[in-house]
Amino acid sequence: MTQNRPWIPYLLILPSVVFLGLLFIMPLVQTIWLAVSDDGAPSLANMQRMVSDINFMQSVRNTFLLTIVVVPVQIAIALAMGTMVAKIGRGRETILWIWTIPLGISDLAAGLVWLSILQNTGYFNSLLFSLGVISRQASWLSYQTPVALFIAIAVAEIWRGTAIVVMVIIVAGLNQVPKEFKEAAEIFGAGPWTRFRKITLPLIRPALQSALILRTVLAFEVFAVVYALGGRNFPVLVGEAYNWQNQNQNYSVAAAYAVLIMVISLAATLVYLKAFKVDPERLP
Amino acid sequence: MKRITSFGILASTVLAFASPVLAQTVFVSTQLRPIEEATVVRQDLLKDAGKVDYVVEEPPQFAVRMEAEAKAGKHTVSLVGALHGELSPLADKDQLEPLDNLAKKLAGGGMPQSLLDLGKLGKSTQQYIPWMQATYVMAAKKEALQYLPKGADINAITYDQLIEWGKNMQQATGQPQIGFPAGPKGLMARYFQGYFYPSFTGGVVRTFKNADAAAGWEKLKALWAYVNPNSTNYDFMQEPLAAGEVMVAWDHVARLKNAISASPDDYVVFPSPAGPKGRGYMPVLAGLSIPKGAPDVAGAMKIIETLTTQKIQLLTASKVGFFPTLNVQLPPDLDKGVALLADAVTKTQAAKDAVISLLPVGLGDKGGEFNKVYMDSFQLIVLQNQPVGDVLAKQGAVMAKLMTDTKAPCWAPDAKSDGACPVQ
Repeated sequence: MTQNRPWIPYLLILPSVVFLGLLFIMPLVQTIWLAVSDDGAPSLANMQRMVSDINFMQSVRNTFLLTIVVVPVQIAIALAMGTMVAKIGRGRETILWIWTIPLGISDLAAGLVWLSILQNTGYFNSLLFSLGVISRQASWLSYQTPVALFIAIAVAEIWRGTAIVVMVIIVAGLNQVPKEFKEAAEIFGAGPWTRFRKITLPLIRPALQSALILRTVLAFEVFAVVYALGGRNFPVLVGEAYNWQNQNQNYSVAAAYAVLIMVISLAATLVYLKAFKVDPERLP
Repeated sequence: MKRITSFGILASTVLAFASPVLAQTVFVSTQLRPIEEATVVRQDLLKDAGKVDYVVEEPPQFAVRMEAEAKAGKHTVSLVGALHGELSPLADKDQLEPLDNLAKKLAGGGMPQSLLDLGKLGKSTQQYIPWMQATYVMAAKKEALQYLPKGADINAITYDQLIEWGKNMQQATGQPQIGFPAGPKGLMARYFQGYFYPSFTGGVVRTFKNADAAAGWEKLKALWAYVNPNSTNYDFMQEPLAAGEVMVAWDHVARLKNAISASPDDYVVFPSPAGPKGRGYMPVLAGLSIPKGAPDVAGAMKIIETLTTQKIQLLTASKVGFFPTLNVQLPPDLDKGVALLADAVTKTQAAKDAVISLLPVGLGDKGGEFNKVYMDSFQLIVLQNQPVGDVLAKQGAVMAKLMTDTKAPCWAPDAKSDGACPVQ
């Protein structure tokens, strides 16, 4: 059919292209222009303002640190969870369903849940107190306890974001690995670790790549959980963009942050695409 | 039949969505946002003001909405209620209807001329009508009073006494017991502009980096040793006070009200401390304005007149804890917590050493960046322990640039200036 009318595929994707063009490309161009202009003339003043801000270096450091810690832990946990659930017959659906609960909760709500656990009058302190570990309220989220604050934010992020990695890896990856390969390897005497490294891991590579890109980009955009737990004690890039937009009411510097976040996310995606060369035949 | 039903549903849906827009006067406010307060506004305060659609908006979204309506030329908002500082950028862009006739009428009806003048926002015509006012005070649990240093009068407390008080409380309870709202949504910047700087330097902008300021910051560092480190997470001090995390706190009266109204017998409320130059304090003023191009100017005028009657002003005070802009006596049957707050406000205003810090005028939409200069200095000096002199020199340069960019003249307590307010 399409051979006679070659324009049909174009016609069919036209609405989505127009939609993206209007609601994504246009604001994107406007944001970039906002970031690199001053009073209508091209200028780097906003970028300079951003870089010289007292929270800039800290927010870059915090964002990268969080990504470097959170993403590998999430992937490792997701792989472990995925491999374990693969062995389960009955009840598998229920377990998967429970694992996806954090996915259904908004970022901010997740942050508030962890806040109610970790704040001075929270559940964690109550538990420690009843166990006799502490004699009075301890702060975990203040500027004086940066390590505890970092761990708290990392744990909350891992709790909230692991489900999506699990789903991608299990649904798209582990489910696709043919049983025969494993059985064959077993016959040749390969132990579980060898089977995992030599068979499962290479075969789920495309799913792993998607999961890594997804999680890393989201990790660079981390905001609500950090905002709820750390407030201004733990500046991150998106948080700074929010502050410049909302509190300082300087939309240009906020746009500069937005552009920076986009560049970092694009760079990370590119690195993953290069680093995990996926056999083109295995791409959709 | 089916067709008629569906037509009926469609028609009623259209009516339900369309009619409020057509028949009601839209009143957008950045004040009285929490649901309990908004309900009071809708059910009690606006009862006699005709059909009003009271919509609340967070301050940043309010700015965006007003900008969008002005740019699009399609106006839905007839009346805005916002803080002095939030209305100032609108006046700056000439987006507000002059209200001089109304102002004249209210001046005759007992609204102080000094308040009405603030509503001009430095222009020649009345930009907003003062709606309600508030200020910042300190509150303490009564059990904290036993640690008050000997000879200290709580209603005339000084910074040295506050530091000693904090030290005593920390020694007795093992925990820092003073709290400040230095969280992301807290009003800490106002503490610096209205309380800290006037008390230690007698100015706000001119004196930003002088020797008095440096000495003041050293004093604040000494005080901060007894301040709960969670202060950088606190937005409304009523929460940590009620939760027992701190015993003494400084904040906006409306942000202390819930804790104090809930158990008025447990608290004392008193003026902020005095420094070497006096007891700084800053009034908070919310105003009512009509945007240019408003669809229902007459309806908006009627709402302003209703909200500035004596009866409604007193009702506002007792229900939501914002005080009248009319010169009236508060009734004796006031909510006990509000009465405590009102008493502290009166004591602050009447203090012999009071230094009033007026609201900034002429900063336009740079109010946020003005706050940032103080908060950045605080973060660097107090939280990160950087040398006071270096930080003040650097931030002073940022402040000077902000002033020359906006050409804002000095306001009290700074001495008047020709042109932009200088940083000395």
